[in-house]
Parts: sequence; structure tokens; C-alpha cells
Amino acid sequence: MEAVAEQVFIALADPTRRAILAALASGGPATATDLARRLPISRQAIAKHVALLAGAGLLSPEPGERRRVRYRLRSAPMRVAQQFLAALARDWDGPLGALRDHLDRGARRRSATSPDPTRGHHG
Amino acid sequence: MGFPDRIERTVQLAHPPAAVWAALTTAEGLGSWFGDEATIDLRPGGLARMRWAGGPTVEMRVERVEEPTVFGFTWPIYGLPEEDPRRTYVEFTLEPAGEGTRLTVVETGFAQLPEDAYRKAYDGNAQGWAKELAELAGYLDAA
Repeated sequence: MEAVAEQVFIALADPTRRAILAALASGGPATATDLARRLPISRQAIAKHVALLAGAGLLSPEPGERRRVRYRLRSAPMRVAQQFLAALARDWDGPLGALRDHLDRGARRRSATSPDPTRGHHG
Repeated sequence: MGFPDRIERTVQLAHPPAAVWAALTTAEGLGSWFGDEATIDLRPGGLARMRWAGGPTVEMRVERVEEPTVFGFTWPIYGLPEEDPRRTYVEFTLEPAGEGTRLTVVETGFAQLPEDAYRKAYDGNAQGWAKELAELAGYLDAA
């Protein structure tokens, strides 16, 4: 599972591969020729990177028109990488700080309004 | 370097468990410090919904309610598509500490595999067969 995430991050570390993946994500399956037409990258460079991405399981080749291979983005590895990122992005420190402030505000409000036993409400 | 599966934080709060429990488990509490608006059906299996102004709405399923010590729920993994069945489990534990409360939050399940369920089913099946074959062998031996 970590190996899968690693493949995704290696793929994304290169600007050409990011451009290829972004083009497939936004425009759908495409051949190496289509990609060379759409991106400012040589056909040879695209072929090299596409082969690497397919080898890593991030693209799946499928038969296209006129016997050309089309490449389709495989989302499963991206989702694994996203799980990794979700753990890194989970912020409990912010909400726990907000919880502390919320409780302190409530306590201040209660002591300010005592001996009134009704709890203050927002507004 | 492991895939991070578990996140844990402990904070000391200068308020008794009952006050902390109310902040964690009521719509008013959750809608004040956590989200901007919340609803909650506080019972195992009950649904809670949290909304952030100008942001997402998250649906949580209440899993554990042991007032005033344990509150647990599951929610979707941030960033995964809505239909993805994987969820993380969040558990708050409240312990009295002097006048206040020691609050621990543990979130687990970030590293769960989508294939986990299948593998378990497969292993269970394989073990089931091994047991049945052993019983068959025993039956045949006895005969």
C-alpha cells in the first residue's frame, strides 16, 4: 500500500508526468500522439513517460482507433495516495483549540450571568 | 516510514467531563467549535451531520455513546469520492482530571486497504475448507 502511494508521488514529482496525468484527468483517454498535440512536449518524451506511468499502474493502455494505444488514467492508486495525504492533512490541533475556547467562553458566560441559572445562547 | 494510520491527541481542559461531553455530543456544541452548523441523533447507528459555511457538509455515523466517557463516530476519509466505503473511526475519551477533564481523541483507519474485506473473506473461506476437510478426514478415519 505504501509502495502504491510512493509510485504516485514519484509520478507527480516530475512536471512532464504531472502534465500528462492532468491532461488525461481533464480530457479523458488519449493516445501518445493526442498528448503530444495537446502538450508542449516532444512525442518521444511523452512516449517515455507514458511507458513509465503505465508500468507503475497509473495508466492503463487500451485499444484505440486505427490500432493506436490509448491511455486511461487509473484512479485506484491515486485514491491510495489520497488516503496518505488525508492523514497528513487531518488537523485535530485546530478543532481542539476551538473546543477549549468554546468551553472557556461558556464558563465565562455562565459566571457573568450567575445567579441566573439559564444557559446563555448564541447571538 | 509507515503509512500513517493513527492520529492521537490528548488535551487537558479546565472543565468537568459533563461540560466537555455536551460540547462533543450536542448539535449546539458541535455547531459552535467544530462545524458551523450541526445535527446529531445521539445513539449508536444515529446520524450526525456537520456543515461548514462555504465548505463541505460531512455525514458522521455515531458508533459509541457511553456518557460521559466515550463518544465514537465514523466519517468519510477526506478527499476520497463520496461513494468510497472507507471511513475513519474517531473516538473521544473523557477522563476526570482534578477539576477538569483529560480529553483524548484517536482517529484510525487512514491506512485501511480496500481489498481488506476480500482478503478476510478469502482467508475465512480457506480456513473453513481446511476445517471441513479435517473433519471429513476424521470421519473417514473413524469409518
